Amino acid sequence: MANVISDETIDYVGILAKLALSDEEKEQAKADMGKMLDYIDKLGELDTTGIEPMSHVFPVQNVFREDVVTNGDLCDQTLKNAPGEKEHMFIVPMTV
Amino acid sequence: MNLLSYSAVELAAAIKEGKVTAVEAMEAVLSKIEETESKINAYVTIDKEAALAAAKAVQEKIETGVLTGPLAGVPVAIKDNLCTEGMLTTCASKILENFVPTFSAEAVINLEKAGAVIIGKTNMDEFAMGSTTETSAYGETKNPWNLEHVPGGSSGGSAAAVASNECFFALGSDTGGSIRQPASFCGVVGLKPTYGTVSRYGLIAYGSSLDQIGPLTKNVSDCATVLEVLATHDTKDSTSVKCEDTDFTSALVEDVSGMKIGIPRDYFGEGIDAEVKEAVLAAAKALEGKGAVVEEFDLSLVEYAIPTYYTIAAAEASSNLERFDGVKYGYRTSEFDGLHNMYKKTRSEGFGAEVKRRIMLGSFVLSSGYYDAYYLKALKVKAMIKKVFDDAFAKYDLILGPVAPTTAPKLGDSLSDPLKMYLGDIYTISVNLAGLPGISVPCGKDSKGLPIGLQLIADSFQEKKLIQTAYTYEKLRGAFGMED
Repeated sequence: MANVISDETIDYVGILAKLALSDEEKEQAKADMGKMLDYIDKLGELDTTGIEPMSHVFPVQNVFREDVVTNGDLCDQTLKNAPGEKEHMFIVPMTV
Repeated sequence: MNLLSYSAVELAAAIKEGKVTAVEAMEAVLSKIEETESKINAYVTIDKEAALAAAKAVQEKIETGVLTGPLAGVPVAIKDNLCTEGMLTTCASKILENFVPTFSAEAVINLEKAGAVIIGKTNMDEFAMGSTTETSAYGETKNPWNLEHVPGGSSGGSAAAVASNECFFALGSDTGGSIRQPASFCGVVGLKPTYGTVSRYGLIAYGSSLDQIGPLTKNVSDCATVLEVLATHDTKDSTSVKCEDTDFTSALVEDVSGMKIGIPRDYFGEGIDAEVKEAVLAAAKALEGKGAVVEEFDLSLVEYAIPTYYTIAAAEASSNLERFDGVKYGYRTSEFDGLHNMYKKTRSEGFGAEVKRRIMLGSFVLSSGYYDAYYLKALKVKAMIKKVFDDAFAKYDLILGPVAPTTAPKLGDSLSDPLKMYLGDIYTISVNLAGLPGISVPCGKDSKGLPIGLQLIADSFQEKKLIQTAYTYEKLRGAFGMED
């Protein structure tokens, strides 16, 4: 395998991905990611000098509109989906 | 005639003529579900009472002349990554096990306006990441043609529901083949429209630059009819395109004379099953016999589509799925120590293995130091892939090929080796990268009796050519079902 993923890399990616992986999952992720990156390295065969990266297939411009509210008050329905709610607010763990 | 053997358009016509009611149609579908769903598991959620009440309301509107369209009264199944107001929408994930949207996707609203009646939500690969519907947190869906095989994915529940008459048509979404491949595996018609044709508002995003909603239907006429209802400009989706030429049913014409069809030689090389190759080439011959000009050519860059796709899709997924954090909706872990620990535990417990795999890969290719080498490189190759399709469509009206290299694999065969599963997307994936429309039409069965799909690809916004050619082929082919 050309791409060897280190423990540090997996831990760092885990922080970016906001995922807590078990030791077993980490080993699996290292193997899976290495294998995928080996495969993705195939793109290196292509000379892409001077080619513009294409994020959108059509030349779409920014779309603007007036900021006008068209929907009604969905506060109660929205909060019904919340794991924790109190006095019309989402409950989250203490952050400071 | 058995009510369930009607196509969607035939059913709506029968309802309009008063031969049958929308309520009877819904009852027939629900009793079919009662009979076969325990074996197939096409649905995640079914609300019988709501479905019957909605059917009753639609029937009244049909009788009073308020609803007159070609889908009025027809029961439809919706993929579970499309938001439905007041109805559970899980994306086949534990992390959305209790999510009830406060609004419906624009595509769903369009169908409801046309009088289609929602039966329930169909099973899928978790967050549409997979090609077999086995990564669902709510159990795998089975292929109605052979219960030991997968229905394909990620819109496997929608395809299986159409194939087993558990609905009259269904909505799916296609990021790398997720409508066309399950349609192929389940012997139904599936169309992925040009990017921007159908609003993505209310579609829970996976790879936003690639995702497109489309129909899974019993035949090409239904497909054109549903697409006509879905294709509207929507200011709520900034990538929605104002298409003018959306009377897709006008393309239901039996004529391919002079239609220039290119067959990429590089679609028939290593890895394709001999029976699939034979059936697809026979379909090309049939179209040639009807006056199409068929020619082989080299598309090129085919083997670069999969690595490009998985880089871009994983990158977009890692960003899109950041919103699932246990704060505003969905699952939250029961015990945690502080905010960040809550995020991490919630996500780790809520997401399945394939979703985590893609979030990790996506986070990696976007991370500082690797962004240029992986993500930016993939976007450049995407531009090259788009260019080879542009060159092909300078010569041809359509590209013809297989949907997948094989027919439906057996349950359990794909998950052990993710890379092998990804390779099965080779013929569908480049269509998403280039934003093109593609249709899957059944064109034969293999020696195991499993359906084979023919894929037609057109240039952007040329859905009518797809529909016309698919319709002509369907007439040449004749009836296609489990008993035919």
